Amino acid sequence: MNLRRLWAVVLKELRQMRRDRVTLAMIVGIPVMQLILFGYAINFTLRNLDAGIADMANTTGSRALVMDILATGVVSPVATVNTPQELMDMLRTGRISIGITIPADFERRRSEGREAVQILVDGSDTAVQNAAQQLARMPLDSAVPSLRAPAASTPPETPIGIVSFYNPERRTAVNIVPGLIGVIMTMTMVLFTAVAIVRERERGNMELLIATPLTRSELMIGKVLPFVGIGFLQTTMILALGIWLFAVPVRGSLLDVYAAAGLLILANLTLGLLISTRAQSQFQAMQMTLFIFLPSILLSGFAFPYAGMPRIAQWIAEILPLTHFLRLIRGVMLRGAALHELWADVAALAVFITVMMSAAILRFHKRLD
Amino acid sequence: MSERAAIRARGLTRRFGTLVAVDRVDLDVPVRHVYGFLGPNGSGKSTTIRMLCGLLTPNAGEIDVLGLTIPAQADALRSRIGYMTQKFSLFEDLSVRENFEFMAAMHNVPRERARRRIDELIEQYRFANMHKQLAGTLSGGQKQRLALACAVIHEPELLFLDEPTSAVDPESRRDFWEKLFDLADTGTTLLVSTHLMDEAERCHRLAILDHGRLVADDTPAVLTGRLQGRTFIVDASDPRRAQRTLAQARGVLGVAQIGHHVRVLTEAADVHDMPGHIHAALAQAGQHAQVTPVPPNLEDVFVAVTRHAQAMEPTA
Ligand SMILES: Nc1ncnc2c1ncn2[C@@H]1O[C@H](COP(=O)(O)OP(=O)(O)OP(=O)(O)O)[C@@H](O)[C@H]1O
Ligand SMILES: [Mg+2]
Repeated sequence: MNLRRLWAVVLKELRQMRRDRVTLAMIVGIPVMQLILFGYAINFTLRNLDAGIADMANTTGSRALVMDILATGVVSPVATVNTPQELMDMLRTGRISIGITIPADFERRRSEGREAVQILVDGSDTAVQNAAQQLARMPLDSAVPSLRAPAASTPPETPIGIVSFYNPERRTAVNIVPGLIGVIMTMTMVLFTAVAIVRERERGNMELLIATPLTRSELMIGKVLPFVGIGFLQTTMILALGIWLFAVPVRGSLLDVYAAAGLLILANLTLGLLISTRAQSQFQAMQMTLFIFLPSILLSGFAFPYAGMPRIAQWIAEILPLTHFLRLIRGVMLRGAALHELWADVAALAVFITVMMSAAILRFHKRLD
Repeated sequence: MSERAAIRARGLTRRFGTLVAVDRVDLDVPVRHVYGFLGPNGSGKSTTIRMLCGLLTPNAGEIDVLGLTIPAQADALRSRIGYMTQKFSLFEDLSVRENFEFMAAMHNVPRERARRRIDELIEQYRFANMHKQLAGTLSGGQKQRLALACAVIHEPELLFLDEPTSAVDPESRRDFWEKLFDLADTGTTLLVSTHLMDEAERCHRLAILDHGRLVADDTPAVLTGRLQGRTFIVDASDPRRAQRTLAQARGVLGVAQIGHHVRVLTEAADVHDMPGHIHAALAQAGQHAQVTPVPPNLEDVFVAVTRHAQAMEPTA
């Protein structure tokens, strides 16, 4: 390894990057755009669903229950009616997406431990269904504390799924922003390196480079290093915006956040290098990147909970760097864990980086054939 | 011995699928020579050069460059050669000076030396007032000048130049070739591929490739000398008709109209009185012309050897 040559490659990359407006715009634009898009527009937990309420009991207990449901913020009342029939009509015409029916014999049903409240749902939208399920799991007893029945006669329902310990308000942004660091890195870092090498092949620079004493590792490491810097820059941007716009907490140490980010950056860059040794054109490199990106989004636990996935999907997820990063970053930022407590995922990323880098260097030949 | 070979290749062969791009080529390039590599498009010049640099693996054959076995010892060779690719391969989004700096670092030229060398090359290759310009914005000829300058930054023993002057105007080409001879004088061996006859003429020695085969290999003087007595200028009243007539005539290898004249290359002189033969052929078609013998040039050599190969093609 000749440091002079390595530095020359790094310097060349930086100079080229400075003159490449599209890449510069991508470096800054993608994180900002994504953060705002995911943070504001895409809300995985629904709020303010239009609801109709038919409280036929109209007792102190039932009114308290209605107030409690409204207090969750999941629903907002648009109509108060007298019969379930009216609710069903409104549901069909789309005026409301949730109907809450409290039967006239509410008090008796509740004391007998029978179904006391009925929630009518627009089942054509699964997101609404999920929201309704959250409502259904609301503990009736705690909603009406003054009427708490003896524990023996009504087994209290366990409030799993509603009471969110680390994110009590169930704000999406808090969960999304740490993950978003990972998603943005996966999106940009893989592509940057993959394209950076393929572009040199397309433009003919590679023939010049391989005819010089430049070694494979000097070229590969020199290509990766500038983007490590870019990666940390993006991490900082997302963190700062996340804290400023969405009040995302950083409960663990900031150093651990950056260490975790560094691992993901390297994992993605080395993956990009490996892609670049295969892809014949920039377009192919982009296709291959997408091939990695989609499973990363879908299986890593960013969009859907890891625990709920079928076994085979979990296996695939274990291979993806984003899965491990999400565990690390959520642990550090939201639960205040230290990185060494999450050593298994740190190790997984380290193995991934080593394997990818070695494979890329071995696969890259200083030959045209 | 001053005629020690810088490059020695035997039976060099490279196939791309079913196409034989380079077919059993034997080469001997003596040190301190400007060795020309002449051949039509697709004849395998670039492919041969790439194999000699160790960038492409031959399907068959042995290569020895500067005493190293290629491709096995290609890594050791890379610091001793300069390679100017046919297509401009420096970085278009780096400035002239930045390209120099990058190439100097690639070849590990010590920093202080590199700085002096770059200043020297910028001066010598006339980039003084455009050293900050991006390489991509240079004209075609300037790009090739820059590529040559970058290829010699580490003062290599051996230079491979793949069509280095394809975009250089005739005036600057003269200048360019001055530099090549200067390099040869300082002890560099140069392998230069070209399509241009005037360039080929300047080489110390010349190899002609056709369809991947080596069809001639000698000094320009010997190559043209072999065609002595086989080239003529025909002055006809209607040169186009004369050309068409002669193209069909027996014993005629090549006809080309040059202004008002027609230049004729004949097969090896089995006919004793070739001018008379040409005369007769034209007279038969009702044309009158004056036939004058002229000294052969490399273009004639090129036509002679490539026609010959083509004539042999169907039986081969
Ligand atoms: N990588 C490749 N894959 C397939 N065919 C190739 C490849 N490289 C070269 N060829 C073929 O090999 C033949 C020789 O090509 P080469 O580039 O060596 O010719 P050349 O003499 O340099 O031509 P030119 O004067 O146009 O540069 C051509 O027919 C070309 O199509
Ligand atoms: Mg060529």
